[in-house]
Amino acid sequence: MGEALVLLGAVGTLALCAAVFDAVLAVPGGGAGEPLRRVARLLLQQRRRTRLADTLLVRTGVCGLLAVAVLAGAVLPLGERPVAEMAVGVVWFNAMEVGAWGALWLVGWGVNSVYPLVGGYRFVAQGLAYELPHMFALITVALGAGSLRFADVVAAQRGLWFAVWMPVAFAVYLVSAVAMAFWGPMDGPVSDDICGGVPAELSGPDRLVFQAGRYALLVVVAAAAVPLFLGGGAGPLLPPWLWTALKTVAVLALLVWSGRVLPTVRMDLFTRLSWLVLIPATLLQLLVVSVVVL
Amino acid sequence: MRDVAFWVLAVVAVAGGVAVFRVGSMARATFALLGSLVAVGLALLLLGLEYLGYVIILMMVMEMLVMAVFMVMYMMNPAGLMPMRMTHNARWAASVAGAVFVLLATGTFLLPEPVRHGRPPADPTRALGLAIMGPKMLVMMIIGVAILATMVSSVVLSVNRRHPGRGC
Repeated sequence: MGEALVLLGAVGTLALCAAVFDAVLAVPGGGAGEPLRRVARLLLQQRRRTRLADTLLVRTGVCGLLAVAVLAGAVLPLGERPVAEMAVGVVWFNAMEVGAWGALWLVGWGVNSVYPLVGGYRFVAQGLAYELPHMFALITVALGAGSLRFADVVAAQRGLWFAVWMPVAFAVYLVSAVAMAFWGPMDGPVSDDICGGVPAELSGPDRLVFQAGRYALLVVVAAAAVPLFLGGGAGPLLPPWLWTALKTVAVLALLVWSGRVLPTVRMDLFTRLSWLVLIPATLLQLLVVSVVVL
Repeated sequence: MRDVAFWVLAVVAVAGGVAVFRVGSMARATFALLGSLVAVGLALLLLGLEYLGYVIILMMVMEMLVMAVFMVMYMMNPAGLMPMRMTHNARWAASVAGAVFVLLATGTFLLPEPVRHGRPPADPTRALGLAIMGPKMLVMMIIGVAILATMVSSVVLSVNRRHPGRGC
């Protein structure tokens, strides 16, 4: 119970930090207060409705995005222990995070409007492009640790971080992390060329929960990189929870910053890159790790 | 506790299955089916099969999304703006489904209850991996190659040959 509250508090705080950092990058010197102002505005805003919207599906999608992000975070070690200790935590993390596909498609579909629909379909295409390399990166980690349990993965990195001896898997993980949170170079489903895409018709509290879910997902995928590749809470002097927090903030800052410096990637080009370059590269990485482990 | 969990999941699974044919739009039908399959995946946890349970959830979310794309693509009235019926050829389908149900249900009553041989392994995930890589290797290899061949051939068939550079 205590850990669950810590998880919710940590995800909420880091999500707000990410939003503030992004706002500062957007308007240097003056954007820091913008996220909180936006929250207040959305809380007060009246709901705008579209004609013949499927409200049940939209609500399911909006709340589902936040829910899958938090559930995926439940297996990540917060310093010593996660909220839910699972023998196959890596599989659980993967299963929850694909829930974002469903959430985005439901919102895009349910509001009965063209641009959100285009955005929803874009995310399904994006998912098909990033998911296989992402899974191979996770499998490489599990193979290196000989376990699907996050605690064992962290313990296996006591000598050397996986980021160091599985650089390809780490790089692919970071790419798939931004794709999963439809952030930065992978923000096609919510980009300006389709008027904001999936959440274009959302207003008031609906939009607030959707955005909160998106930031929560970004935080959780950044936080997962710490136990998977960066040695978890291991580090000199400071306690494990503080090391976990520091490393998470570093990865999160990198992901947020990437959104402001990299242009949006066209998904047909990324699909080609993903299937022709990233999948073979991750398979080679898997082979190398298998040989070393054997 | 386990009994309560089982019955809740069983009711959700069946109710989701029923909802597939009662709702008025393809999107709702797809996600009712997904809800049903997720309940089945969670029910596997009661058997101690964590890995299989989560893999079912993982694969079903992805499969239902792909299915939704295709179903919507092929439907006459995909949008669900006008409610549509989810049943086709209802009388024939109902009689086949009823016959299969009666067959399976009588089978569960007539056959002797299975007796447990041996003990559950300490780590079912590991036991599953050893089975796939050991005695079941041949079957898995054949299935794997068949799936790969299907994927490659469907991609080859769908590639736009007139514009080789743009056929994604």
